[in-house]
Amino acid sequence: MFPKGTKRKFSDSGDEPPAGSDDVNQPSSAAVRMLSSYSLQRQSLLDMSLIKLQLCHMLVEPNLCRSVLIANTVRQIQEEMTQDGTWQIMTQALSAANAAAQCSADRLVATEVLCRQTEAAQGEPAPKPFPAVGSEGCSAEEVVVVEEEDEGVEGGVIMSTVSPQAPTAYLPSTFGIDPCWEEETGEEEDEDEDSEECASGSEEGDNDRLVEDSRTAEQVFGTFEIKNPAPSPDPALEELFSDVDASYYDLDTVLTGMQSAPKMGPYDLLESLSSHGPSPLSSSTSCRSDLNELDHIMEIIVGS
Amino acid sequence: LRAKITVIASLCFVPADIISTVEFNPSGELLATGDKGGRVVVFQREQETKSQPQRRGEYNVYSTFQSHEPEFDYLKSLEIEEKINKIRWLPQQNAAYFLLSTNDKTVKLWKISERDRRPEGYNLKDEDGRIRDPSTITSLRVPVLQPTDLMVEATARRVYSNAHTYHINSISVNSDLQTYISTDDLRVNLWNLEITDQSFNIVDIKPSNMEDLTEVITAAEFHPQQCNTFAYSSSRGSIRLCDMRKQALCDTHCKFFEEPEDPSTRSFFSEIISSISDIKFSHSGRFLMTRDYLTVKVWDLNMENKPLETYQVHDYLRGKLCSLYENDCIFDKFECVWNGSDSVIMTGSYNNFFRMFDRNTKRDVTLEASRENSKPRAILKPRKVCMGGKRRKDEVTVDSLDFSKKILHSTWHPQDNIIAVAASNNLYIFQDKVA
Repeated sequence: MFPKGTKRKFSDSGDEPPAGSDDVNQPSSAAVRMLSSYSLQRQSLLDMSLIKLQLCHMLVEPNLCRSVLIANTVRQIQEEMTQDGTWQIMTQALSAANAAAQCSADRLVATEVLCRQTEAAQGEPAPKPFPAVGSEGCSAEEVVVVEEEDEGVEGGVIMSTVSPQAPTAYLPSTFGIDPCWEEETGEEEDEDEDSEECASGSEEGDNDRLVEDSRTAEQVFGTFEIKNPAPSPDPALEELFSDVDASYYDLDTVLTGMQSAPKMGPYDLLESLSSHGPSPLSSSTSCRSDLNELDHIMEIIVGS
Repeated sequence: LRAKITVIASLCFVPADIISTVEFNPSGELLATGDKGGRVVVFQREQETKSQPQRRGEYNVYSTFQSHEPEFDYLKSLEIEEKINKIRWLPQQNAAYFLLSTNDKTVKLWKISERDRRPEGYNLKDEDGRIRDPSTITSLRVPVLQPTDLMVEATARRVYSNAHTYHINSISVNSDLQTYISTDDLRVNLWNLEITDQSFNIVDIKPSNMEDLTEVITAAEFHPQQCNTFAYSSSRGSIRLCDMRKQALCDTHCKFFEEPEDPSTRSFFSEIISSISDIKFSHSGRFLMTRDYLTVKVWDLNMENKPLETYQVHDYLRGKLCSLYENDCIFDKFECVWNGSDSVIMTGSYNNFFRMFDRNTKRDVTLEASRENSKPRAILKPRKVCMGGKRRKDEVTVDSLDFSKKILHSTWHPQDNIIAVAASNNLYIFQDKVA
């Protein structure tokens, strides 16, 4: 009746730790056991929520009410984890893990460029607390990109080269790009503690899976409506290209590629990465393979 | 609340698609269902005849039409589902019947009318409809109306489109019979029934930065008598009552109904289960009923800080919220209905169970809508869910509940004790046993 889902079951959300279980002689071990069980359950719930938000994102048109409820749940968990210090530990662990898992030579140069641009443009000091619908962080596609770099330049670079600015800025509509893409793939790196180093930690999952959710959620909400385009698109375009060296041919290829690509909705992006080509509607098999990979990554990164 | 509920005309219709809405018209003569395939099926109650008195109350198919088709939004490259989210009838004002049906984006006004005559004797075409050669016509005649078999036809009289960016979850006809509201996740729009190319936005909760979005509108309804008053519910468990006379944009409410959270039951799922899935004004207009995941609440419009009554629909699920979150059942949106006299309320649950609560006697009953138990004229047996431990013979344990069988949509006849419940693609009609 219930599908097999997460590896741990949150047996009873209303469970109170057994009252008399603290032995005066061994207060710490019993308390620790209780706490770790609760943390495990909470972690499991967080993982589940993130996957759900991912799935929301993959749907052709997600259910806004559902997305909001799940995002609020994630935020609640994050707030609680921040309060008891677990959050910081996790973020640090993830940065370390990502720094280690990093560094493939195929990683696209254009990514680096835009990272730097992003920092310059943003100039934001400290990482903000995790908003459920935040603009920071890597999209989940980033992680997929890591896995599927052989998809080709286009797929990978699309993720990272679109406007580095805040979600409200776009690449001009002259490119025929759906403005929603901007929101979806624009990178803000503030969450990343080593954001100066665009090398390893920044793009790929810096913003760990947990933060990626904020991206995902933001994409979910952000792409629901086409916003009014920036009043003067050209400055934005100029800014985008101002630092770009002609040697960053990847960027040009991408933009040209985007121009000629058939129109895709924001959620088709993930599909295109996995299926080697754009398709107007999502297919469940690609979703599943992506999910498997996400699952795998999550297991490595997030929990023991 | 009489204990005996009999089955009439159960399974009288098994549409191909999952039923997504059911609604009696204001006289109770007609019952409309909308399904996932965009079709509307209207049933009509058989007239009472002396020769077959027991046949009174049976509903037979009256009209079937395709209300909405799947569409493609080219701007966003998204498909728009044809599933009918809601049907609302207009009160009958002439021989024809009118209803509003809506999918995620477009509301349509349908006219259902009978034709029992047709003109015959055209000059320019013959009886089969073939065009005649004008050179062969030697004389003119006046077409005459001849009786024919009864035909019921449905025509789309108005199409109200392009007013919603998000998914429409409710429509509600005003008591002035001239306007109605359509509601999506973030906005409520007011329409004049005659005018399709413009609507007024009267509630807008979209934040300027979508990242700040934490609450959506889940349902809205006009007050049954006060044409200036309507209410809308949110995903955070609150209800706002608004007066359209105060200002054009009703973002500030007149009344705000919310029950403070019970800290002892707080969990990560508290917000999700507080999300209101349906609101219904009582026929009297004095009360408002809301349905959240585990309870039905009746609010007095004059008391905002807590509900007048709270009824537990399936509290045995409280300990299973994590599993229900995992399999997404926690997001199911159940509807709730009043009976004609506002003394009994009804709502659906899982395992094809539905629950009725008598507000006066405080008694409640759980019934099941299933093929096995619903032979015509059969009497429904009350069901019981047991929490665990010893299970009596006819009881159902919580773990054996079928969560894929849920009764989300139901409707109650405006005067009589006749109810219609939708269980996936089956429609069940039950009525009180006549002594």
